[in-house]
Formats: sequence, C-alpha cells, structure tokens
Amino acid sequence: MTRTLKKSWWMRVAAATAAALTIFGGAFAYQREARAADNKPITIGFIYVGSKSDYGYNQAQAEGAKELAMLPGVKIVENENVPETVAVQKTMQSMIELNGAGAIFATSYGYFDPHVKKTAPKYSSVDFFHCGGAYDASKDAKNIYTYFGYIDECEYIAGIVAGKTSKSGKLGFIAAKPIPQVLRNINAFTMGARSVNPSVTTNVVFTGDWFMPTKEADAATSLIDQGIDVLTCHVDSPKVILETAEKRGIYCCGYHANGSALAPKGYLTGSEWHWATIFKSYLADIQSGKEIPHTTRGGMKDGVVQMSPYGPAVSDDTKKLAEDAKKMAMMGDLVIFKGPLKDNTGKTVIDAGKSYVQTDPVLEGMNYLVDGVVGSAGGK
Amino acid sequence: MTALDLASTPSKGISWKAVRLTFGALLLLAGVSVLIHCLSSHETAALALGIILGALGGAAMFESTAESTLIPAAAVTLSLIPFGLFIAVVAGKDPFHAFYLLYAGSFAKWFTFQETLTYAAPLMLTGLCTALPMRVGLVIIGGEGALVMGALMSGGVGHFAQIHGASNGMIVFWMLLAASATGAFWIALAGALKHYRGVNETISSLLLIYIGVALMNHIVEGPWRDPASLNKPSTWSVLTPDGDYLLGGIHFGSFTMDVHWGLIIGFVVCLLCWILMNHTTFGFAAQVVGGNMRAAKVVGLSVGKVILITCALAGAAAGLAGGIEVAAVQGTVNATIVAGYGYTGILVAFLARQNPLAIIPVAILLGGINASNNLLQSEMGLPDATVRVLQGLIFLVILASESYYGKLKFFKKSEAVRA
Repeated sequence: MTRTLKKSWWMRVAAATAAALTIFGGAFAYQREARAADNKPITIGFIYVGSKSDYGYNQAQAEGAKELAMLPGVKIVENENVPETVAVQKTMQSMIELNGAGAIFATSYGYFDPHVKKTAPKYSSVDFFHCGGAYDASKDAKNIYTYFGYIDECEYIAGIVAGKTSKSGKLGFIAAKPIPQVLRNINAFTMGARSVNPSVTTNVVFTGDWFMPTKEADAATSLIDQGIDVLTCHVDSPKVILETAEKRGIYCCGYHANGSALAPKGYLTGSEWHWATIFKSYLADIQSGKEIPHTTRGGMKDGVVQMSPYGPAVSDDTKKLAEDAKKMAMMGDLVIFKGPLKDNTGKTVIDAGKSYVQTDPVLEGMNYLVDGVVGSAGGK
Repeated sequence: MTALDLASTPSKGISWKAVRLTFGALLLLAGVSVLIHCLSSHETAALALGIILGALGGAAMFESTAESTLIPAAAVTLSLIPFGLFIAVVAGKDPFHAFYLLYAGSFAKWFTFQETLTYAAPLMLTGLCTALPMRVGLVIIGGEGALVMGALMSGGVGHFAQIHGASNGMIVFWMLLAASATGAFWIALAGALKHYRGVNETISSLLLIYIGVALMNHIVEGPWRDPASLNKPSTWSVLTPDGDYLLGGIHFGSFTMDVHWGLIIGFVVCLLCWILMNHTTFGFAAQVVGGNMRAAKVVGLSVGKVILITCALAGAAAGLAGGIEVAAVQGTVNATIVAGYGYTGILVAFLARQNPLAIIPVAILLGGINASNNLLQSEMGLPDATVRVLQGLIFLVILASESYYGKLKFFKKSEAVRA
C-alpha cells in the first residue's frame, strides 16, 4: 500500500468521474439542443413487423413511406421489427407523444385487433391507418382507416406467365398459413396458369408462419426436387425462396415487391403493391381537411397493385397473353372467380352462371383450394 | 501466514472502507442534489437519474450491498463505451445523442417510464424461470415454451369459465391458475427427465419450446379456433362484456397507470421467490442441492423433490406470464404470443446473477433499453438491432465482471464481519 498505488487509484477515480461527467454532460447538452430545434411539419409514423429491406411485405410498405417522405412538409418516422404485442401499442404512443406524429400507419395485419383498436380511442386527434383490417363502423373508433388491395389480379396474370413458361407443367407455391387472403392468391395464380394451359397443377406447401426462412428454403428445395419449374410464394419475405429458385436454375414469380435483383435470370414477373397511391390520397385528405374514407380498397386499375417488369425468360407470345389480361384488369373487367368452379376435392364452390367481382365480400371468406391445386386448405 | 491472513492485514496507507464510504456519500449527494433540482424546478426529466444515483450511493455505503450493486452498475456503465464506439464507428452517428435518447426514451418522462415498466413486466416472470432452477444447479432455458403453453391453457380455460357465466374476477383467477399449472407441468417435465432419466435439462427444455409452440399453433388453428378469426387464426376472445381486457391498467383510487396489473404480479412473485430461496429451509435445501448434489443426498435431503418443486415453480412463473399476456394484452391466444419474452428472460436471469430480487431492477433496465428502441430508430434512423447490440454488450461486460467479485480491495470486508 504505497504511495504509487494511492496515486494510481486516485487517477482512476478521476478518469472515471471525468468519463461519467462527459457522458451525462453531453446527454444534457443534447437534450437542450433537441428542444430548441422544434419546428413542426406533419409527422407520420410507420410501423413494420419485419425488416424494411425484406424484399417483401415490409419493403413494399416502406417504399410507399419513402414516396410520402419526398413530399414537402412531411416528416416520416419509422420503426421496424415491432412484434404484434403490447410493443406496437407502445410504439404508436411513443411516436405520438415523443415524435409528435399526427398520423400512424400500422402496416401489419396483426396490429389491428386489439392494438390499433385499443390505442386509437386514446388519441382522437391522430389518424390511424391500418393495412388489411376490416373497419366496423359500429364498434371501431372514428379515427381508424383501413386499406388493402386486390393483389389476386396480379397473381392471375403472373399465373398466366408461369403456366405458359413452365415446361413441366408443375408450379410451386410456398405459403404461410391457409387463411382466406392466401388461399385467394393461390387460387388466382393457379386459375391464371390453367387459363393458358389446362393441364398445369400447383403444389402448395404451408410453412405455418409469416417469416420462416429456413423452412421456406427447405420447402423450395423439396418442391424443386419434385419437378416443379416455376416457384412463387405468399410469405412476408420472398428473398430466400427467389434465391433458391435462381440457384437451382428454375423460374420464379415475386410477391409484395420487385424481386428481380435476387433472381436476374429466372425472374418471370411478380405481384407488387404500390401503396404510395393510397398513402398520397390519405395525405391529400388530411391536408385539405376532407373526410377520409374508412375503408379503401383498390386493384390494378386504381394503381394499388402492379406487375414487375417481365424478366428475360418470358417469350413474346406469353407477354401478349399477359398483356391482354392486364388490359382487362386495367379496365376493371377482369373477373377471376366465376362459376362453374370446383375445388380440388371435387365439390362445386361457385355455381354455373354465378360470378363474384373483385370487391365482393364473399371472396374475403375463401376457404377452399380450386381444382388443379395439390394441397389442402386445412393446411395439413 | 495463510492467504486469508494476508488479505485481512489492515492496510497502512489507505483505508478502503473510508474510500468506499466517501464514494457512496458523494454518489448519494449527487443523487439527492439532482432530485432537489428536479423537484424545485418542476423538471422531472432527470428524476429517475437522481433516484438511481442516490440508490447506488446508499448501497455503496453498506458492506453487504456495495459489491453486489456497484460491480453490475459499473459494468453497465462501462458497456456504454464500446456501445458509443459502435454508434460512432459502425453507424457513423453521434454517440452522445444516442446516450441521451437511451435515457429520454426509457426513464426521462412518466410516459416513457410507464413504457419501460410495460416491457419489464413479463421479463420479471420469465427471468425467474431460468433463475430458480439455477439455484439447484439446472440450466433451464425453456421459459418460452412454458409461457406459450400457459397462454394457451389460460385462453381455453378463460373461454370455458366465461361461457359458464363466471364473474370477471373469477375468470381471471381461473385463467392465471391454469396458466401457472400448465407452465409448472411443462418445466417440471424437463426437471423430471433430468432427475429420473439423466436427460440434459438445457436441451430438453429447449426442445420443449418447439413442442409447445407447435402444439399451440395446432390447437389455435384447429380445435380451438374461433371461426370468426379469418386471416389471423385465434382462439375465442376472453374480454369483459364491454370489450375491455379482463386484467386492466393499474389503479389505486385516483392514481392510474398505463401499465397492466402484470407488473405488480411480477413484482410480488419475485419478492416471494426471493424470500423462499434466501430465507427459508427450502431455499437452503435448494442451495445445498445446487452446490453438491451428492452431499445433499448424504445429508438426507430428498433431492428429487427439491428439483421438481423448483422446476415447477420456475415453470409456473413463466406460465403465469403467458396467462397475463392473454388476460391483459392480447385478449385471445394466437401465434403472436411467441414474442421472445422467454428468451429475454434467460438474459435477465444471468444479469441478475440468479437472485430473484435483483431480477426486478434488471428487468426494468432491459425494459428501458427496449423502450428507448423507438426513439433510437425514429430520431436517429438507427436500425432496430442497435438495442440488441447494447444488450449483448451489457451481457458480455457483466459476465466478464463476474471475475472481480471478492477481489477488489474497494469492497474489502471489515474485520468484524470476517470473524
């Protein structure tokens, strides 16, 4: 216990104190600065359930947010990987209370009930926009608005391209869960393919959840081993599926966002959201003080969904067939689900002479897989 | 002269006890002055900071608490240095702004503090699921499975009680009871496999997570699915007739909080577990079993019973977290119940050094880091992985700091205690 030890001990204490003072001092200086710079554009909060760059569902929403951010007077704040727990309620509150958000886009389906429904009544001056929920005027708060798109139109056209391009006549579809939204896409894709080649079949694999990269890769490999030569999907991030297809030298169709960068050779086309259309119309309504519609839905003619540009493997004949269907969709004349229609167990699900237009709510309860799909709507 | 004698030789140049006392007094003084400043200026932003500094200062002045509070506190503070470097070098952003946002987003305001507590609530219970078995020498990491199974059963039992006309209070009671019992069974399985068949409990509890999640998905999407839940398969919702949660926000008279009762439950359960493990003969028996199982057998302890009860208690805590999640947050059971609280609980248990009482502040600390995630992303554009980097760094530094216990002269025990 000599003098040197004592000296070095005091020096350590001095250094630690200095470090602590710097940390807290710096923090407080910033606090003051952050308060000073307090100007107010309209701040819009975006919340995503996954990564903003997942080549899928969340990227499609984030691309819409990016287009909004370019407009004057708009500030975007974003949070990614927010689970569908109380965390999303707290994130919404935090964006409102701390970032001063005047509008919230809760972009995951599972955010709606109970989270958006519980938070919106607490902040009546803030508008809550939710993707995919069903607004119920008798129960839900007046500041909740929902949006979605008829992407099965794109799936139908992608099916045409896939059915015409496939050599084996076997298509593969990797899906998360057998829920109406997903079943509708699988059916539209298969019906598009069979409209140009009636012998085509689609093999479906359900992975059980929205983001399961390893299971999706396994499913892709096993489908390719079974001889399918066009692969598509309905999961949150198509990344690993498109990459596996490209690696194994087969074709693929994207979903949610343009995935051509992941499969430059085999990418045929894809079904994409173009949310900016809806986001911009919401913003215009907010800024002009107009009443915002509680339910917004749109298809290809409304600019809510769009096709990826055709890849190099798509022939001119195929392009022509697809363009014809696209024209119908652009005019709003494309009716995919019409009778007589049988499911893959042989049961008639739509009677002859009956047809459902895209906006028909009957389609939102779809619980069957059509003839030509190999798989079970029970998901087993 | 033995090593012990050497260590207890009074130092000539400097009295470490005096240094420690001075240090504690200074911290306490700093904390109190921050508090006085906050209260006199009605600026509540630094209130939490004052409380933390004051509490640390107070703890430093007592021999029994100084080491166990100051070493982790120093480790947490030190981990800010690599974190700051990470922000500056990897993300290319201002680390001091990040430090400010870490505090602003977690403790600075009543609003953010409530957010912190909301995140902390389930972690207290899942932390126990790993901490308690550690006392008997088992490394159980399957809290997530017990949580999921507890949630599932509470959803089913809650629905059953509701259609049979039970009152709201009784529905909650049955739900939480079912959740705890199921969780207890789940982790007791891992304990039993270990005790009777010698199966590694870490692996078996991990595998039980996968089984639990698969079972939950199967039942939620199959037999127990509410047909009205079209695009998100869920069980029937268990809410009050007005559509509110059965387990609502905390309120005492006119005092209300935006945090559900799960926080109080977690608090109380941690406290009870601490009393059980540190102040009863059962806790002592558990410690003996954990220390040396053979010795425990020799002295006549029924090792199997101690192991099974401890595992069951641990599972009950995690299952309870699941039941609370259903009754207070989700109002139904579906796949979103698998949110990783069980895994974060492992981290909590390690940081708290398996002490049930220490789990409370550790859960609040991790809850605060989670809460500040919002501001770090929205104000600085940092990716959401930033807070996980910080959590990882804290974990590493805390583990590294373990080697300093009993070695720093600063914490040297006085003669009276030693004798």
